[in-house]
Amino acid sequence: MYKYDEYDQQMVDTRVAEFRDQVRRRLAGDLTEDQFKPLRLQNGLYLQLHAYMLRVAVPYGTLNSAQMTLLGDIADKYDRGYGHFTTRQNIQYNWIKLEDTPDILAELAKVEMHAIQTSGNCIRNISSDQYAGAAADEIVDPRPYAELLRQWSSFHPEFLVLPRKFKIAVIASETDRAAMRLHDIGIKMVKNDAGEIGARFYAGGGMGRTPMIAPLIREFVPLDQLITFSEACLRVYNRYGRRDNKYKARIKILVHELGRDEYVRQVEEEFAHLLTQPIEPPLAELERIKAHFVDPGFDANASDDLDLTDPDFRLWVERNTHAHKQAGYVIATVSLKPVGGIPGDATADQIRLMAKLAKDYSFDELRVTHAQNIVFPHVRKADLYTVWQALDEAGLSTANLDTVGDIIACPGLDYCSLANARSIPVAQKISERFGSAQRQAEIGELKLKISGCINACGHHHAGHIGILGVDKKGLENYQLLFGGSEGADTSLAKIIGPGFTEDGVVDAIEKATEVYLANKQGEERFLDTYRRIGMDPFKEAIYG
Amino acid sequence: MKILTGNDLKTGAVIWWTGVGWSLDVNESADVGEHGAALVAREEGAQHVVAAYVVDGGKTAEGIRPAHIKERIRALGPTVRLDLTPKASDPAAADWVI
Repeated sequence: MYKYDEYDQQMVDTRVAEFRDQVRRRLAGDLTEDQFKPLRLQNGLYLQLHAYMLRVAVPYGTLNSAQMTLLGDIADKYDRGYGHFTTRQNIQYNWIKLEDTPDILAELAKVEMHAIQTSGNCIRNISSDQYAGAAADEIVDPRPYAELLRQWSSFHPEFLVLPRKFKIAVIASETDRAAMRLHDIGIKMVKNDAGEIGARFYAGGGMGRTPMIAPLIREFVPLDQLITFSEACLRVYNRYGRRDNKYKARIKILVHELGRDEYVRQVEEEFAHLLTQPIEPPLAELERIKAHFVDPGFDANASDDLDLTDPDFRLWVERNTHAHKQAGYVIATVSLKPVGGIPGDATADQIRLMAKLAKDYSFDELRVTHAQNIVFPHVRKADLYTVWQALDEAGLSTANLDTVGDIIACPGLDYCSLANARSIPVAQKISERFGSAQRQAEIGELKLKISGCINACGHHHAGHIGILGVDKKGLENYQLLFGGSEGADTSLAKIIGPGFTEDGVVDAIEKATEVYLANKQGEERFLDTYRRIGMDPFKEAIYG
Repeated sequence: MKILTGNDLKTGAVIWWTGVGWSLDVNESADVGEHGAALVAREEGAQHVVAAYVVDGGKTAEGIRPAHIKERIRALGPTVRLDLTPKASDPAAADWVI
């Protein structure tokens, strides 16, 4: 994985020193909150319901064991013994003290991490496929391109005060595991007819209060124009994106209001202009970055055999592992969704254990997924049972990936100052209702996503079943949506009807699964059946 | 009653205005009446509290109860981690916020 060079390190260290001084001045009363708030937000420090919250960036979700170990140590030393992995492949701490923040950032800098640009109207953490560099179906590892974009977007002086926040995802597989088209810019690495690698650009996607699927902007951008084209996309947005209305300030609104064709015309015009200026980094820089992402030393003779006599292990292998590009290896996902648990939360001990297992059995690498789970990208099949046993002892062996129990949920009103309703208790009740492995197996793939407000951090628009918590005259109320998807078949979920109480929404989901199982044909997933039979049978069963 | 709340500048902890100072316990809240805006300006200026604001509340047999669920969750702590709240020993504590 990428290692900081002296410039990267100096930038981060300088920012830590700068923020240390800003915190000192704030605590001394030399800065007001109005003056200080934008400074702390630029360093990922929010003020939430109960305390300050620090959001630490995990670039394209990739971590090494030293970084993961430190994340666990921070949870113990500065927080309350746990961290929360987010839908942007980051980690958040919920109980941070302002006076501790400079020390936390200094510790993070020592392992090449930071919280810069995890808030504010700038280009946020670049996200990617959690199976990058390991998946059998990718045409190339997308992370070097994500890293190049990270370097371009970090402290980019022109894009630090955009009309609104800006999120970019990069993938390189037909299977979209990063909700790519629900980003401000989605990039899919592709091969053209000549066999050359390039980037396919989508722009203007997003969730939030106005969900949009990003339209195709350009079929193929050569690698030696990747940054220039990105710059053109951002420039047009920065120039014309609405700054008068926060709710209409995202690029999706600009692309929608201009129309896709007019946005493309303006981007191409700006692109042609920028090509006359040497802003593109030399390909040698991309090659330098790529050298950090070469395959680890796989054992070419690793056995493909796997002893599945332990039924619990077998279930976990079937549900939580994915084909690896290298024979004898698998990609293993650690579900952070135990039955009745809090989606995305892990204790300090669990975080450190996952770090150790990655060091011992996954070439020192981990990934954070946008579904709030952790991945060991390169586990030898011969080691898999040992890994699973260690996870099992730590309560981390839940075999529910992509099932109704693998719920994405935002922190909701239990933690978030923007939320209108709690998300986590709903997730816990659903998880318990559908807790049996047999039940989950019967239902199969069902992606359920819960947001506690219209900002959609819980991706409810992209859920096969989505739940949106709203405030109805001071009471929590939950709208139910069906038919969303974040994959290659991206679609937006639709509200099925009037909302429910917390218990009511759990009952409604149970009825929906009964309709699915009664109508399922062949190997259809819930989503497939819904798309085939439509909403009416579900509404009839739920509302009577 | 009108309750003044905010977050402690140093720790971020939820705090409630008692009439003479700040408390972590909502039950020690004072009724600030019409003086909320002036108190917000004064106390934020004193650099002890951030994001201060006035909320509605009422006195009940169980103590002071903020009118809105959001403020009740602020007063209690996360309902899904009662072990981190002042009512860690009360498994039904979350019922209070509903």
